[in-house]
Amino acid sequence: MSDQRYANFINRQSFIELDARERAVALLDEGTARELVGPFDRVESPWLAIQDVTPQSDDGCVVMKGKIAGKAAVVVALEGAFQGGSMGEVSGEKMTAALDLACADNEKGIPTSAVILLETGGVRLQEANLGLAAIAELMASILALRKHSPVICLTAGTVGCFGGMALAAGLASYVVMTREARLGMNGPEVIEQENGVEEFDSSDRALIWAIHGGEQRFATGLADALVEDDTPRVAEAIRKLVLQGVPPVHRSSQVTLYRKRIENLDSSVQWDPKEFRSLWLKGDAKEETV
Amino acid sequence: MEQLEFTYPAKRKVNKRAHVGVVGSGDLEVLLEPAEGELAHVVIRTSVNGFSDTWKAVLDRFFSKYDGAVRIQINDAGGTPGSVQLRLEQAVEASER
Repeated sequence: MSDQRYANFINRQSFIELDARERAVALLDEGTARELVGPFDRVESPWLAIQDVTPQSDDGCVVMKGKIAGKAAVVVALEGAFQGGSMGEVSGEKMTAALDLACADNEKGIPTSAVILLETGGVRLQEANLGLAAIAELMASILALRKHSPVICLTAGTVGCFGGMALAAGLASYVVMTREARLGMNGPEVIEQENGVEEFDSSDRALIWAIHGGEQRFATGLADALVEDDTPRVAEAIRKLVLQGVPPVHRSSQVTLYRKRIENLDSSVQWDPKEFRSLWLKGDAKEETV
Repeated sequence: MEQLEFTYPAKRKVNKRAHVGVVGSGDLEVLLEPAEGELAHVVIRTSVNGFSDTWKAVLDRFFSKYDGAVRIQINDAGGTPGSVQLRLEQAVEASER
């Protein structure tokens, strides 16, 4: 049996090892991918060079139009290796415009879903307010599009999804993660810096993944699918969700449910991340028995 | 950040453009496009200043074998000479595929 497990591990085609462009192509039906505003259009950040930072020709944001499970779709992938996948003026506008065009297509009667691949630390600090504004616009675009077609957020790793972009992920119709991915508002380093190492030890990888990791996010219902780092399986998970369509209720609309869950937690004691899984859902059960 | 430019003689027409790499730490992106005439022109933007001699040595070596008429743009985030050479070869391979 363990031989079989090794074979699975060796034969898998890692999705995490792909760059943003390869990831986008891998999710679209074969032969349908067409890149919009690609590297040769040279729409790059006008702010980086004046701050002595080398820009990238696509500003670390890849937009691909194509089909998923035979249906029109747009995939927008952030390149985690360029400036930590951070959102600047240009990358933000590319993602927002792609979702707005998908929304316009839906309104014209062409159902078009969106998949956003978030490997990002959030706002690009060199572009400050422009990055913040970009995320605000992106959130408005997700809200507009998700009424018509699913907006699927995929965080595969290894950067993960943090800062304002974690809030954007929270608005998605579905969140898909791998065990290697992390999702959270404040990154471990930020928490340690602000509240001290007693609060959160950012060098303790087991602790970080136990809290921010895909497995925990899935177990606590903050991610909808947990997939193996294997390209065909990741693509299959995305296809399934595209076909599933818009969920009856979006996670971010369930305000009362989440408020209750938080109220029901006893914050005077320190929880273990595993124990938290059942504590988090305990309030729901109580609700049902009443 | 430093901008460097180099020009080399070329003999052969190139038909396809190619893009490879990422401007990530220790890496670089290469944009290779067909150019008119008999020259190859390279523009480099690098985050590491003061290495123009090393860039020249790497490109001299690369263009001792490659004779395509191209415009190459390199956006570099501290790639070593080895990775620069590999990225250039990868771009050529992609443009001839």
